[in-house]
Amino acid sequence: MGKFLKVDNNLFHERQKESFLKYVLGNKWLYILLAPGMIYLIIFHYVPIYGILIAFKELNVVKGIWESPWIGLQNFNYLFNSEAFYSILKNSLGFSFLRLLLGFPAPIILALMLNEVRSIAFKRSVQTIIYIPHFISWVVVAGIVSNVLAPTSQGVLNSILGVFGVQPVNLLIKPEYFRQVVISAEIWKQAGWGTIIYLAALSGIDPNLYEAAIVDGANRLKMIWHITLPGIMSTIIVLLILRLGRILSNGFEQIFLLYSPMVYNVADVFETYTYRVGLQEGNFGYATAVGLFQSIVGFILIVGSNKFSKRGNKEGSLW
Amino acid sequence: MKKKLDFVNVIIYLLLTVITIVTIYPLLNLLAVSLSEHSAYVMNPLMVIPDRINLLPYKWVFSHPLILSSYKNTLIVTFVGTFFSMFLTSTLAYPLSNRGLRGKGLFMKLIIFTMMFNGGLIPNFYLVRSLGLLDKLWALIIPGSMSGFYVILMKNFFESIPGSLKEAAKIDGASEMFIFARIVIPLSAPILSTLSLFYAVLRWNSFFNAIVYIRDRGKWTLQLLLREIVIISNPLLNDDTSISDIPPENIKYAVIIVAIVPILCLYPFLQKYFVKGIMVGAVKG
Repeated sequence: MGKFLKVDNNLFHERQKESFLKYVLGNKWLYILLAPGMIYLIIFHYVPIYGILIAFKELNVVKGIWESPWIGLQNFNYLFNSEAFYSILKNSLGFSFLRLLLGFPAPIILALMLNEVRSIAFKRSVQTIIYIPHFISWVVVAGIVSNVLAPTSQGVLNSILGVFGVQPVNLLIKPEYFRQVVISAEIWKQAGWGTIIYLAALSGIDPNLYEAAIVDGANRLKMIWHITLPGIMSTIIVLLILRLGRILSNGFEQIFLLYSPMVYNVADVFETYTYRVGLQEGNFGYATAVGLFQSIVGFILIVGSNKFSKRGNKEGSLW
Repeated sequence: MKKKLDFVNVIIYLLLTVITIVTIYPLLNLLAVSLSEHSAYVMNPLMVIPDRINLLPYKWVFSHPLILSSYKNTLIVTFVGTFFSMFLTSTLAYPLSNRGLRGKGLFMKLIIFTMMFNGGLIPNFYLVRSLGLLDKLWALIIPGSMSGFYVILMKNFFESIPGSLKEAAKIDGASEMFIFARIVIPLSAPILSTLSLFYAVLRWNSFFNAIVYIRDRGKWTLQLLLREIVIISNPLLNDDTSISDIPPENIKYAVIIVAIVPILCLYPFLQKYFVKGIMVGAVKG
């Protein structure tokens, strides 16, 4: 009996295999088209994931990753016992907190305001202009920021403050202002562009809802609160999940281009630290361990926050 | 009631106007200074309208060998890179837009996973080094050339193309390759131009990859050069024999303008597409 079953099983698998093969051959062009992208993905995304082994090895460049001797969790022991780690963790969370508090709502508020504008010409002009900074590199934005903040007659900010009798001050080298400066620069660069997705969601709200609300005597703020905001809530939640998943990621360029030794103690984040110890000091294993910690926390957060929001509402989850 | 509504309107228009001015002012200032005599700049550094036009800095910028070679490298990386990205993204997205594709679930999982987890800086650097790409422009073209998110946006767009068109072509004996190249691609102008623009902007402005993978000055891109001139205020310009009495501010501003104008020129042509492209891709996503 058992023997028969086994044979049957084999037959079944064989047939499925055959029909799968047949399917692939019959649709060979689809798989040929798919191949370059998948091969690319494996080489440039999955091979570096394999490269994470560097964190657990004493990397010998001649021998390669596989042949290099194991050192276990040594790098992680060192990481979790170093003071630098806690300072970087604190800084990364500090930037992220400000970004969630100010940067995240900025495009939402901007989109809500644009949505209230009735003059199409005005709306178009505002949109056209606020999208522009997205196309400008961080190098140029950093140049603009240091210009605007310059403690001389060239600096707009100090010129304005000067009118009110405030002494010129360079915010870029003040540790207590540095994070606010970076987040403000991010808002200048990206908030306008960020409105696109919300405006798209806003255009999907049924206009009948507003008509009904007007009949019921609702005022504008009430309509925003009860119709407009709920209408874009699922978009907000999806973007918030993505944001939470990146809570330890602050981006390299804006901080690297604006910071200086005067503000290292508040400005150094995972990205800049990994770059410095890994590429400038050549400590590959340790820098990989730092990066791995960041990746794992990000992964857990994004999976976790998606689960959490799934419980609340189906629409607002990523998958 | 009526009065209150008007008040809300006034506030909104006022705020939006202020935001627009804050957005555009620094750029107008850059442009004005780059075009003006230095003495005019010294008198009024916050100008927005050029005063006593002077094009010498631009002439100097366009004759400086390092600036020209960086410009050329950025152009190569942007063109070749965008083409490469679009090739990989569209060929991967099309099969995945076919409902019955066997293995689709696995392929999608592999793509989505790369969006949530990555090897990090050092393993990527080690890979590029092992492939012998350090200090080559290929290092700025190949790594990071396919975004999983954009693959999904494009797949969603392809799915919105009516299936009847493809069915009709199939009945006429067309292969999937023919359908992709001759039917699907020509119908996808909004998403193709949107994603080309996104990829091109990323390439043009990319600083991180350049500073990680490129040392050789001959391979420098505009962003590396800009950092040297704008942020570090490096006297690299001084070791050039052609240095003239052009003040560094004017040169700095002229280089910035020269570096941002090409990518900004693309934007008005593509603006009508990208909102549509994002909407179609994202609403379903």
